[in-house]
Amino acid sequence: MRANPDGGKTMRRVAFTVGAVLISGVVTFTQNQINAGRAVPQDRGVDLTGNWNSGQWTEGGGPGGPNDRRPYDFLGMPLNEAAKAWALSHDESRLSEPERQCAYYTPVYHPFGFGGLNMWREDEYQTGSVVAWVIGGFQDFKPQVIWMDGRPHPGPLEPHRIEGFTTGVWENDVLVTTTTHMTQGMLHRRGPHSDRATLTMRFSRHDNILSLTGRVDDPVYLTEPMYVSKEWRLGNNMAGANRAAPPCTVTYEGVPTGDVKHYLPGQNPNVDEMTKMWGIPVETVMGGAETMYPEYRKKLKQTYKRPEVRPVGRTRQGNV
Amino acid sequence: MKYFHILGSAVGLAAILFVMQSPVRGQQGQPAQQGQAAPQGLGGGGRGAGRGGGGGRGNQPPQPARASAPYDMTGNWVSVITNNWRNRMVPPPRGGNADIPLNNNGTQVADAWDPAKDEAAGQECKYYGAASLMFQPTRLRISWQDDNTLRMDTDAGTQTRIFRFANATPAGATTATATSTAAAGSRTWQGDSTAVWESRRPAARGGGGGGGGAAANNAARYLKVTTTNMRPGYLRKNGVPYGERAVLTEYYDVFREPDGTNMMIVTIAVDDPEYLNQQYVVIAHFKKEADGSKWDPSPCSARW
Repeated sequence: MRANPDGGKTMRRVAFTVGAVLISGVVTFTQNQINAGRAVPQDRGVDLTGNWNSGQWTEGGGPGGPNDRRPYDFLGMPLNEAAKAWALSHDESRLSEPERQCAYYTPVYHPFGFGGLNMWREDEYQTGSVVAWVIGGFQDFKPQVIWMDGRPHPGPLEPHRIEGFTTGVWENDVLVTTTTHMTQGMLHRRGPHSDRATLTMRFSRHDNILSLTGRVDDPVYLTEPMYVSKEWRLGNNMAGANRAAPPCTVTYEGVPTGDVKHYLPGQNPNVDEMTKMWGIPVETVMGGAETMYPEYRKKLKQTYKRPEVRPVGRTRQGNV
Repeated sequence: MKYFHILGSAVGLAAILFVMQSPVRGQQGQPAQQGQAAPQGLGGGGRGAGRGGGGGRGNQPPQPARASAPYDMTGNWVSVITNNWRNRMVPPPRGGNADIPLNNNGTQVADAWDPAKDEAAGQECKYYGAASLMFQPTRLRISWQDDNTLRMDTDAGTQTRIFRFANATPAGATTATATSTAAAGSRTWQGDSTAVWESRRPAARGGGGGGGGAAANNAARYLKVTTTNMRPGYLRKNGVPYGERAVLTEYYDVFREPDGTNMMIVTIAVDDPEYLNQQYVVIAHFKKEADGSKWDPSPCSARW
């Protein structure tokens, strides 16, 4: 190799220049990293932090409540024929199967369910940027992380989990979340949603009332999006709030492993339960989108028979 | 040679830095997820005072409510009944009220309900009062009666509600003040309704707290309606009562879905010292319709 004719001065200059450029680049890079959360002013929305107490009124007391839906009550649900077939094959004892005791409580259960909400915000500690909102766990419900940092949803081949994957944005001071990648779950605990369902939730705070409107889109089981809402009021008992859900623990509930409770097509013995108890025609009880709109009342006017008094008693689903 | 080593290392370091920078750039330019509207909290509407009735900054006269509306409520809407179906789409049986926080007086009145008596007394519209009307299966027509008055017609029971904005209210006055100054005429099924465009951020209303501490943008407000002076009526079409001292507070959220669907969500809160143990809150959904072709007025009915 030929000796350097100028004693290495040129190379030293080049190296010095490159080094200076690199140092400058490192400084700029570091600043960019630090400012990553600040580069674009982050919309921090309104404060949803707190322990929110469930009202349980919009859905007549919520699951297990005094006006809970019966097992084969699909009123006002835009189920397609596949969903109805699935729902009529379903036996409530499935919830006691060891394989399914923890299976039904996807985030779709938030607007359908009866639990309180414990919400808090997770900030990045150096920049203060909001990373996520979190809804604490509740009984069999896993904590739900709502990512606010712009990360993308997983790809179509990524695994689905019961809690799904949720991102959120502030839209005119309403927290709008999108959940994908859920496993199969339930609507109103009475009809199915598939693992291809998408849940959109809008958390809208009015004074100390939190209104949540959920929209479920499901290409497998719904003919049109299903909206449901639920209300909470801000409580003052943060001390009693749990930030981590107890794990859903499988126990023996009377159904042996491998025993899949079900009804074969046309053999569900409870399909007319709503008709006997509440006077609502069977074809109406089976739901469908048309049952969601006021004009459907015209069809009912001649066929509905109002019970003289509210049915009372105790069934395997609890108090009526 | 050692300079080439230095240069090689520098180039390698530069390559590493370039690769590390890429995800940051990617995140900053990432579009909103499918199914979500892009964040609008920083845009979409000018900065408003965040105070009722269009407010008014400083000594400026308040804007008319119509001009300062954060969203357009006018048009035809239809209720979407997916919750509490058998208490809303059909008249429930007597005694179907265990989910309503009735006190003993309320329970006694509900248990004694007799639709024939209501018919004989010409009180078929007791279930079509303001406190329960929005939870009914109905279609709505909403229009501006004038710059500060919103009118809402329902085909269920052929009722009309009038929302008067507290536009003339001096800056800083609360909704309650505006309500109390309203003329207390004879009671009606729909009562006297005072409206205000309200911010979700307490700081923008003169209170403390708030999420980011910043003033709310105009588009981030919602319609709050407070109604008093109602005739006693029913919360449910089986005689569950509310009294003449009941106060109805409603919160209207209107938004457009990415698929173009326009939705209106009404949170309905009823306080009644006469018949309720605590505030009763329910939520109703409405979907916007292209026209009024399905408008189907029906008279009040005590039985259907």
